[in-house]
Order: sequence, then structure tokens, then C-alpha cells
Amino acid sequence: MLTSRIVELLGAQPVFIGNEASLGTEITAVFATDLMSDALAMIQDSPETTLLLTGLCNPQVLRTADMLDLHTIVFVRGKNPVNNLTELADEMNLNLYSTCLTMYEACGVLYSAGIQGIER
Amino acid sequence: MSSILRKDYVVVRDDYAGAGRVSSDVKATLSSIGIPSPILRRIAVACYESEINMLIHAYGGDITLEIGDDGVIHMTFSDPGPGIPDIEKAMTPGWSTASDKAREMGFGAGMGLPNIKRVSDEFDITSSPEGTTIQLSFRVT
Repeated sequence: MLTSRIVELLGAQPVFIGNEASLGTEITAVFATDLMSDALAMIQDSPETTLLLTGLCNPQVLRTADMLDLHTIVFVRGKNPVNNLTELADEMNLNLYSTCLTMYEACGVLYSAGIQGIER
Repeated sequence: MSSILRKDYVVVRDDYAGAGRVSSDVKATLSSIGIPSPILRRIAVACYESEINMLIHAYGGDITLEIGDDGVIHMTFSDPGPGIPDIEKAMTPGWSTASDKAREMGFGAGMGLPNIKRVSDEFDITSSPEGTTIQLSFRVT
């Protein structure tokens, strides 16, 4: 599913677009967590077309995405990164979005739309 | 074994704002010399988890990246303490002594050391109250 459709489903707003090239690629899986340790442990074998859904809003989220070669992060619960995160997102070529949905709601919407979790 | 590339880094104690900078540089360095993506990702994950550990569990420390002429990438993480009292427990998934600060950062789930070991081709850890040293190796070919 294209990022634009996911953004539409979540009613999300773009916070920063640092990787325009990836906007035309399909998101193939979603991983939702506030624990970056779990993301590092679980997403390791997933493709870079995996979307990270999180309520944590700090530089470690971006670093984690960068280490895993991910390019799209959606912050739930209306979290909106401050300026220093957008600078880091620029450096790491990341796309950041924010949705007012809770984690539970966002997961439900995306799962119902047919997007799978990561392969295990 | 001779080194064809070596970089040394310092992780400053309590520099939470800088957490992950070393790992980003390690990843960029290895990417620039053509290390393939699947291996690069494993090294980046191991390095980042280890760097975070040095901040949230230790008093900072030193990180060395070394590529040998045998095609093996070696990483060494040495900190000056306080050490890990029980390495066996620390290697158990889910077991954690992390602080509230670590949890605020999204870490402290007790997955760090097991994950570092899992993604490395070779893993060695020694610890005493004077410090902990982790040595990792990754085969490129």
C-alpha cells in the first residue's frame, strides 16, 4: 500500500518529508511499538518498506529507524516532533507523520485495510 | 591479521543527546566502502544497542571499529564500569536493570545483549566492577 493511502487512512499529517523517492514505493508491513529495543530485535529481518508506528517521540526513534534502513515513521496520539528531530530526519532521509489516533486505533485501521505485521 | 581500516570513538558519560551518533558514523563508514545491506544492518543494530548500553548502564566508554585483511569486521566496546554482576541473567531476554531514563528513551526492555549476540557472528563478553568489554565479529564474505 502506498504511503499516501496509509496517511489518508490514518488521517495523518506530514511532519517532515526527507525521502521523497520512497513516497512512490509500497509499504509492505507495519511494526507498532514504543520500545525501540523491541523494534531493533524484531524488525531486523524485515524489508525497509516496513513502517514504524510509535508513540515515542525522541531522537532514538529516528536513530532506530536509520539503523534498520526504514524510511517512514508515524507518531500516534498526536505526537509531533520538535525541530531538532526534523533536522535529524533530514540527515537520515526519513519521512515523519503524525496522527491523532491512538496506537490501538491506528493498528486496527491498518490491519483492517489489509496491511500485515512483520514476518516472523 | 592486519587492519585495513580502524576508527576509534568515545562515548561520553551521560551524553544522552548524543546517543547513537557513533553508530550512525559506523554505519555510514561501512556503507561508504560497500558493505552489503543485510550485514550492514546487523552491524548497525549491534553497535547501536551496545552504544546505548554504555550510556544507560555504564559510565560511557570506548568503541573501536576495525576491518581486517581477512574480510572480518571487528567491533570492541569497553567501558570503565560498574560492570555486570550476573552476565547469565543479563543475557536472558526480558531481564533488565534499566533506569527510568533508559525507558524514557525506549530502551530497557531486556532485549539488548541477547539481540547483540543474535546478530553477531562471534560474541564475547567479559565483565568485572572495573568494566565490561564486548567483542563482536562479522564476516563480510
